[in-house]
Amino acid sequence: MRKGTLRQILLITDGCSNHGEDPAAMAALAREQGITVNVIGILDQGAMDENGRREIEAIAAAGGGMSQVVYAKQLSQTVQMVTRQAMTQTLQGLVNRELKQIFGSDVSLEDLPPDKRGQVMEVVDELGETVALDVLILIDTSGSMKTKLPTVKEALIDLSLSLNARMGENRFSVFIFPGKRAHAEKMIDWTPRIEELSTIFPKLASGGLTPTGPALREAIAYFERKRSLRSWIGDGDEPYIEESSL
Amino acid sequence: MAMSHTSKNRLCNLPPGTVITGKWHGRSYRLLRRLGSGANGVVYLAENGRTRVAVKLSDDYASLASEMNILRRFAKVQGAALGPSLLEADDWQSPFARETIPFYVMEYIEGENFAAFIRRRGKEWAPVLMMQLLSVLDRLHQEGWVFGDLKPDNLIVTGSPPSVRLLDVGGTTLQGRAVKEFTELYDRGYWGLGSRKAEPSYDLFAAAMVMISSCCPGPIEKKGDGRAQLLSIIETDRFLTRYKEVLQKALDGRYRKAADMRRDLLAASSRHTSAENERKAVPSRRSGRQVKRRRQARGIVETVVIAAALLGAYAFYIYWQLAM
Ligand SMILES: Nc1ncnc2c1ncn2[C@@H]1O[C@H](COP(=O)(O)OP(=O)(O)OP(=O)(O)O)[C@@H](O)[C@H]1O
Ligand SMILES: [Mg+2]
Repeated sequence: MRKGTLRQILLITDGCSNHGEDPAAMAALAREQGITVNVIGILDQGAMDENGRREIEAIAAAGGGMSQVVYAKQLSQTVQMVTRQAMTQTLQGLVNRELKQIFGSDVSLEDLPPDKRGQVMEVVDELGETVALDVLILIDTSGSMKTKLPTVKEALIDLSLSLNARMGENRFSVFIFPGKRAHAEKMIDWTPRIEELSTIFPKLASGGLTPTGPALREAIAYFERKRSLRSWIGDGDEPYIEESSL
Repeated sequence: MAMSHTSKNRLCNLPPGTVITGKWHGRSYRLLRRLGSGANGVVYLAENGRTRVAVKLSDDYASLASEMNILRRFAKVQGAALGPSLLEADDWQSPFARETIPFYVMEYIEGENFAAFIRRRGKEWAPVLMMQLLSVLDRLHQEGWVFGDLKPDNLIVTGSPPSVRLLDVGGTTLQGRAVKEFTELYDRGYWGLGSRKAEPSYDLFAAAMVMISSCCPGPIEKKGDGRAQLLSIIETDRFLTRYKEVLQKALDGRYRKAADMRRDLLAASSRHTSAENERKAVPSRRSGRQVKRRRQARGIVETVVIAAALLGAYAFYIYWQLAM
């Protein structure tokens, strides 16, 4: 199997988008380009309204990723779990595709006899440990998120702790939306550690619009920009492209 | 992947008497009661004919397959029971799900969770069980693994005499990789006291936390400086204070091997027991003799003092006589 980079967008939000394109459509677009979109919805107390929950699930489903709605307190554990599980899911998809090539038909983990599944999982585990991973973190900083940002910061530092224990390389970058000039504003460029986060978060101001769709579009564009730049430099770091049929 | 809400609810509430039949091997298991559930699935006590077994069901094929891999590896390790033994793996065509539900069948370990056992039988069991645990961990580490998700819920105390066994190998990771699964309270990363790299010291931190949490009365919640908070918990508990050095060393990641921590724990326990016995003057064999020896010494001192006093008085008497 060709070695490549897994690419994910991690969207952290607490409600509904109210401006611009349908975020699910933008997530589907990301998926077409081999970028998985995971979504985490944060609650204060009580339940998230049904629309918010539906939107979160729709974005993740369209983006080939995972979604989870949690209370702020459980955020750290959830962020790292969702990211890891989405990685496994993507890799499993790739390994399944590989199986299809070997067996010539549509074979997935479920179709194999239980005693054979272990071998596939060994390959998936191995890849999950060694593959390079780029995570673009997209944080909703609209009004209601203000009180939750310290927890978000903690969760992201925790995420970097988890992922940096892997043997594979990681890169993180952080965007917030709405931005001052564009829909999404870059806070941190690609970096292997998120510790620096502490310096940027206090500066966040909160606004009224929640342009989730446009922010996702800009995040995708940022991934692409990075890639074309790198292909110029000649770093042949091919991304894994996942088929949407997986 | 984490189980979806509805199917998880269903899986966790299967009524006793439900019969699970595997589609590959055709064996049936009748569920008796639920033993527990967690992030990755649910475990039931079940019977197959007259044998009692534990059955783990999940809708996550991948994590079940990974766990079975580890159980199979563990089975090959000679001379130590590292986890429950794996008996069978199959899929169940359930009446309520369109797809099949994977499950595996393992040895049923009858017993009580670590923390519950200590609460019922007394804290003096904690160091004893910890030493057993450290022996098991030492073996596991020698085989190149780290247990990962070490916590009281994943430790069962079974049999008489009580012995501790590991359950739930979902977190078990090859050394040098990133720990697969963990629980915040027992995770050194969460406490700001180290990385999530799978190395023996990761488990030893968790082992220290197991001892702390099962001996201290209230729930522990991290606030501010994690290390200072843990040390103050140890210092304010009369029992834990005796093991302060060992615990602190494990929390700081200064043990490379489980066997070293076990040795220090053993030393601290016996140091402590002899001190205790001396105070209570309970005649256990070795410390009893020590007490006696000290008493003899005290007798000699008394004799010498009296003799010296008499001698002094006599000298004074002579001096007084001469001076007259
Ligand atoms: N072989 C066994 N014998 C007896 N009890 C068991 C056995 N396996 C599991 N249990 C019980 O079931 C509970 C849940 O099992 P397990 O920890 O494997 O599930 P899980 O979904 O992986 O949970 P988590 O990862 O959250 O700890 C255990 O805490 C234990 O009480
Ligand atoms: Mg588990």
